[in-house]
Amino acid sequence: MKKVNYHNLSSQVSIILLVLTLTISNVTLGQGNTDAVAGESLFKSNCAACHKLDKRGVGPALRNVDEKYDREWLYKWIKNSQGLIKSGDSKAVAIFKEYNNSVMTSFPGLSNEDIDNIIAYTSLPKPEPKVTAAPVAVSNGDDGTIQNMVLAGFVLVFLLLVVMFSLVTRSLTKLSQTNGEEVEPEESRMPLWKAFAQNQFLMLVSAIMLLLVSAYFMYGFFMQVGIDQGYAPVQPIHYSHKIHAGANKIDCNYCHSSARKSKHSGIPSLNVCMNCHKNISEYNGEEDLVNGYTKEFYDKEIAKLYDAVGWDDAMQSYTGEEKPVKWVRIHNLPDFVYFNHSQHVTVAGIDCQKCHGPVEEMEIMYQYSSLTMGWCIDCHRETNVDLENNEYYEKIHEELSKKYNVDKLTIAELGGLECGKCHY
Amino acid sequence: MSSNKKYWKSIEELNENSSIVELLKQNEFITPIPTDEFLGDKKTLESSSTSRRDFLKYVGFTTAAASLAACEGPVIKSIPYVVAPDEIVPGVPNFYATSIADGFDFANVLIKTREGRPILVERNHLAKHSGAVNARVHASVLSMYDKNRLEGPKVMGEDASWIDFDKKVSSRIEELKDEKIILLTQSFASPTTSELITKFQKKHPNIKHVIYDSVSSSEALDAFEDKYGIRALPDYDFSNAEVIVSVGADFIGDWQGGGFEGSYAKSRIPKKGKMSRHYQFESNMSLSGANADVRVPILPSLQIEVLKALVSDSYVKLPKHISVLVEKAKKQLKKAGKKGVIITGIADFDAQKMVLNYNQDSVVMDVKYPRTTFMGRSSEVEKVMNGVISGDIKGLISVGVNPVYSFPDARFIDAYKKLPFSLAFSMKEDETAVLAQIIGATPHYLESWGDCQFKKGTFSLMQPTIRPLFNTQQFQECLVRWTQSGSSYYDFLKDFWSDNILNSENTWNKALHDGVVKSKAKVKTDADTSIGNVLISEKRTNTKKPSGDLELTLYTKTGLGDGQHANNPWLQELPDPITRASWDNYITISATDAARLGLENNNVANGALNGSYVNLSMGETVINKVPVLIQPGQANGSIGLALGYGRTSSIQKEMQTGVNAFRLYKEFSPIQTVTIDKIQGEHEFACVQLHNTMMGRDIIRETTLEIFNTKNKHNWNPVPEVSKDHKEIAVTSKDADLWTSFDRSIGPHFNLSIDLNSCTGCGVCVIACHAENNVPVVGKEEVRKSRDMHWLRIDRYYSSEESFKGDLDKKENISGLGSSLSEFGDMENPSENPQVAFMPVMCQHCNHAPCETVCPVAATSHGRQGQNQMAYNRCVGTRYCANNCPYKVRRFNWFLYARNDEFDFNMNNDLGRMVLNPDVVVRSRGVMEKCSMCIQMTQKTILDAKREGRAIKDGEFKTACSAACDTGAISFGDINLEDSIISELVKDDRAYHLLAEVGTKPNVVYQVQVRNTNEA
Repeated sequence: MKKVNYHNLSSQVSIILLVLTLTISNVTLGQGNTDAVAGESLFKSNCAACHKLDKRGVGPALRNVDEKYDREWLYKWIKNSQGLIKSGDSKAVAIFKEYNNSVMTSFPGLSNEDIDNIIAYTSLPKPEPKVTAAPVAVSNGDDGTIQNMVLAGFVLVFLLLVVMFSLVTRSLTKLSQTNGEEVEPEESRMPLWKAFAQNQFLMLVSAIMLLLVSAYFMYGFFMQVGIDQGYAPVQPIHYSHKIHAGANKIDCNYCHSSARKSKHSGIPSLNVCMNCHKNISEYNGEEDLVNGYTKEFYDKEIAKLYDAVGWDDAMQSYTGEEKPVKWVRIHNLPDFVYFNHSQHVTVAGIDCQKCHGPVEEMEIMYQYSSLTMGWCIDCHRETNVDLENNEYYEKIHEELSKKYNVDKLTIAELGGLECGKCHY
Repeated sequence: MSSNKKYWKSIEELNENSSIVELLKQNEFITPIPTDEFLGDKKTLESSSTSRRDFLKYVGFTTAAASLAACEGPVIKSIPYVVAPDEIVPGVPNFYATSIADGFDFANVLIKTREGRPILVERNHLAKHSGAVNARVHASVLSMYDKNRLEGPKVMGEDASWIDFDKKVSSRIEELKDEKIILLTQSFASPTTSELITKFQKKHPNIKHVIYDSVSSSEALDAFEDKYGIRALPDYDFSNAEVIVSVGADFIGDWQGGGFEGSYAKSRIPKKGKMSRHYQFESNMSLSGANADVRVPILPSLQIEVLKALVSDSYVKLPKHISVLVEKAKKQLKKAGKKGVIITGIADFDAQKMVLNYNQDSVVMDVKYPRTTFMGRSSEVEKVMNGVISGDIKGLISVGVNPVYSFPDARFIDAYKKLPFSLAFSMKEDETAVLAQIIGATPHYLESWGDCQFKKGTFSLMQPTIRPLFNTQQFQECLVRWTQSGSSYYDFLKDFWSDNILNSENTWNKALHDGVVKSKAKVKTDADTSIGNVLISEKRTNTKKPSGDLELTLYTKTGLGDGQHANNPWLQELPDPITRASWDNYITISATDAARLGLENNNVANGALNGSYVNLSMGETVINKVPVLIQPGQANGSIGLALGYGRTSSIQKEMQTGVNAFRLYKEFSPIQTVTIDKIQGEHEFACVQLHNTMMGRDIIRETTLEIFNTKNKHNWNPVPEVSKDHKEIAVTSKDADLWTSFDRSIGPHFNLSIDLNSCTGCGVCVIACHAENNVPVVGKEEVRKSRDMHWLRIDRYYSSEESFKGDLDKKENISGLGSSLSEFGDMENPSENPQVAFMPVMCQHCNHAPCETVCPVAATSHGRQGQNQMAYNRCVGTRYCANNCPYKVRRFNWFLYARNDEFDFNMNNDLGRMVLNPDVVVRSRGVMEKCSMCIQMTQKTILDAKREGRAIKDGEFKTACSAACDTGAISFGDINLEDSIISELVKDDRAYHLLAEVGTKPNVVYQVQVRNTNEA
């Protein structure tokens, strides 16, 4: 089990380098005319679902589209592509056939100006590929050598001091001897350890202390057995919850939909990934160069997904060759424990983060809570059940308030600590 | 304190100069320790590579390594779907309605699947007549996960593809196109299959279709066909019967397909002072006999006379004591008029005709919508058997039947081997398939499409609940391919249904969802495609010459039936409801006959039952080494033997139990005459109940209808009393209580009610419990050691006097030590014709549970919902709880029963483990387990309600046993829910607690059994 540091506090050298790189790679977009800026927003809201600039999507790549088609034709096509096809326009029919007769949405709402803007955006030159952060890859190993060297320096200085000190003493003694002063021989005293060994009381006390301390540590060690808090295994596909749940704010239940109705939260099947990743074939978000989470890195992971689900990105179609992904399970409850997600998510309305921690900040998913029985029970003792908004509890609530004049009840008071509720 | 006393060790010390004393002072051992013996052999010691130091090193290392390894958890992989099917949510079960029609059991069922795996069979409540959802049907899901199944078609013993298979079959049929080929099939009860067989026969006119029911109902079918013109069996609705007279028909068992216990039980509950009266004339002690009010043991040969006497006026051949009872029954029948019914199991055309004629006005018998399941015609099957033996028949295609195993004539085996063309469609390489040239591997019914008409006018669908596990194809699929190209059976089925059965109201999807559709469509049945005609076929009557001195009645057991499920460990371990023996078939014999023949049953030191062996012979046929079990109630001069055992082909070694009684099933008649000879040796039975009588104890309370109607509850169902301060007080009173009780009035409080009147002892609940709760199978040896793991057992008691009332009176009248010794001794022996009572016993979930207080680690504790909870992970296996349980319902895991080669049952292979319920943990070695009152089901019901934000309705709470019980004997629910059925039952006059005097306050209540024995 490899534990990954999620806060890498490595040297500042890399940060300096990072700043440098960013300055170099600062390719400007703002150079274009204002049309292209308006065009970009129009493109993203209207076209990006099916078209990409440099790659085939559902429809063709659109960079420099105005070089292929004349502008009047494009106006007609965008506003009513089906009309154009029906009129028998040869170009229109050709492209329609090339893309498996998939009908392009008509945009009668776009003015010619808007279309000009979009075309201006598509005509922008392809940005230079970013300078890859080759020097960024300062590994922890380099850090280590520097630290070691500093340490070695210290040791050297220390040794030097010791030698110097002893030399000084020796020469001082010599000096005094030559001066004829007598150096008093030290009084022979009983060594401290012997005195200690002879004091039985002290021995007894320290033995007991030693035993207690070691027992304390042993207990601590054994109580950790089987608890995998912080377990962050390497997964076959690097899936970043930080990007999906954090940056993109995707609801947990979107992928883990069965958490609402089943005992399992469910690992999403790959077809769920493809709901979005059919269109997102590359990563365009922030990069964490320190840890090597670059665009290339993420793109490779997306490619792994395509490989597993059997998606041919170039042809925009499924090949039918599926390779199921063997994820490493992080949260492992023993077989004799019954836990139901829907009970907690749907009935109790608990945030996922309560047990799973700040998932939206986790680049690598890890086990946040200890998942011990004590941990479960603590929560069951403290949490009040929402008796108000669930018809199931209506009668129970009514009777309880009549009988005991209580209004709030913890789960434990409703029988949530009974063994058989979770162990069967 | 020092003492001056001197202790002498021997007289020798008196002698001061004794050398021995001196020697003994020096040496503790007089003779030198023979160290040379184990150290002297230097050679061996030196040649041994492991020194003592090495040994210690190894021990140290392994201990350290083992403890280190234990600290690190294994890496667990999870593999989700690549493309998830819409309907599957991991962790949420799906249910599918389908039907089983395996040629012996026909039923509409609901299948629970988890993550695409069928794990449980339930009754389909949308089907009004759901057929016989018996123990076998409930266990059939495990038969699918049988590791001995065929994994693909075979040609001449070699694995083949379906293309090769087709080629081979068609070339063989072509070669033999002028010869006689027989298509020998089970009863399908399937309209589309009949349609396909018709097409197949049109293409190959030389192929004749013959239906073979391994256990025949041929005479009853003949009689019905003769009288009503269609080949079918009458259906019976016993719920409004007043008098039921059965002559040799075990209608609570498998008679004519079974499934009658539901309506029978309804008539057995006293309502408005009335309940049905049930007379049973039979030779073997059957389930029906055990439930009867009046049971008359009678030789099989005399049963026809009883029947004649009942319908006419001839008493000539009957002994006096029987004719008296027949007269009584007759009078009762007359009085009941239309609400009386006679049924018979006599395999005789005339007998069946007599009954049909008698019942024609009865409201109990339904001939308008008869059962269209069994269709076999014994005379035709006999012709096939003889034709193969004589060589007239050149080819045999068998589908779903196993003639090599189940044909009575052993010569058939050799003849079958020599057949020019033999093709067997089978799920397994059974006795027939293993000898066949070509085998078509068929899927289990849970992997198949199909349709059925069990009852005229009611059609049901069979749909797959899982993709075929192996490379199998249905017989129907092959027929479609052979008769029409470019279509699948599914398409054919769908087209056929939309053309014939479906309409705008009943669409295909609705039919699939419900499983059943009512329709007046006229479709072909098995009878239409098979050959034979009742008018031509010789009406056979029993004119057998006796060849022995004992009359044998062959019967089928609740567990194994006709033997199809012989490789199913759940059914093998299901104790027979009457004898309570599992893993065996045996001759049942009366105590008188046993004494006469010197046959014995005895209990060995650990209580286990042993019995004598006999050789059973019937003319030429001899079956060696048949164990004998003495059966109270067996008619003198008769014996019984169960069919369906003794299978060996594709049957795991552990499950090759019993002897094959089909060899005695001559002329497909269950009544034969045989002789038995005692031989040496003792058979070891695996019998789970070793004490057979109640000995006047207050376990099963019962009363008669007369007392129930006329007297106060305190007379027949008194509350037990205990003594406090020398005063008798009711055990239920507060003063008799040591404990302060919890407040259980809020939230659900579960109770289970068991009506002893409607419980027939059929054993369905036991299997349902097995399936729902992952109860392990332990095997014959362990059962013999009383280590069976059934969470729910059905105790069966015999009376030692004529009736249980007699037992009670006898006990009351015992006085003095001598009398008590001898008379209690007598009471251990059941009577010759005892009354029988059944009592399902599971954990009673006591509110004052004795087990909870003795657990040193608090592994068993009480929930406020009334369930006695068992935390397996907390249990350390002291077994104090089991010792302290007055009901003996706790079961200890003596061994690891899963993934252990010593217990090679379904939990020891990947396929068999697929049936496990993922919501219930598989227990490990060394922990105690017991009925949890299906807490996983009650918790699910509660959670579903919470999630949907609604209150729980009555009837929503269920346990596996209550859901499976067709008779309604077991009902379950929340007594805190006002007006719920269970809260009424708990307050019922008949309600009592088992061993109430112990003061355990159980949450399981029983309803007093009422017998309708007194003359009205």
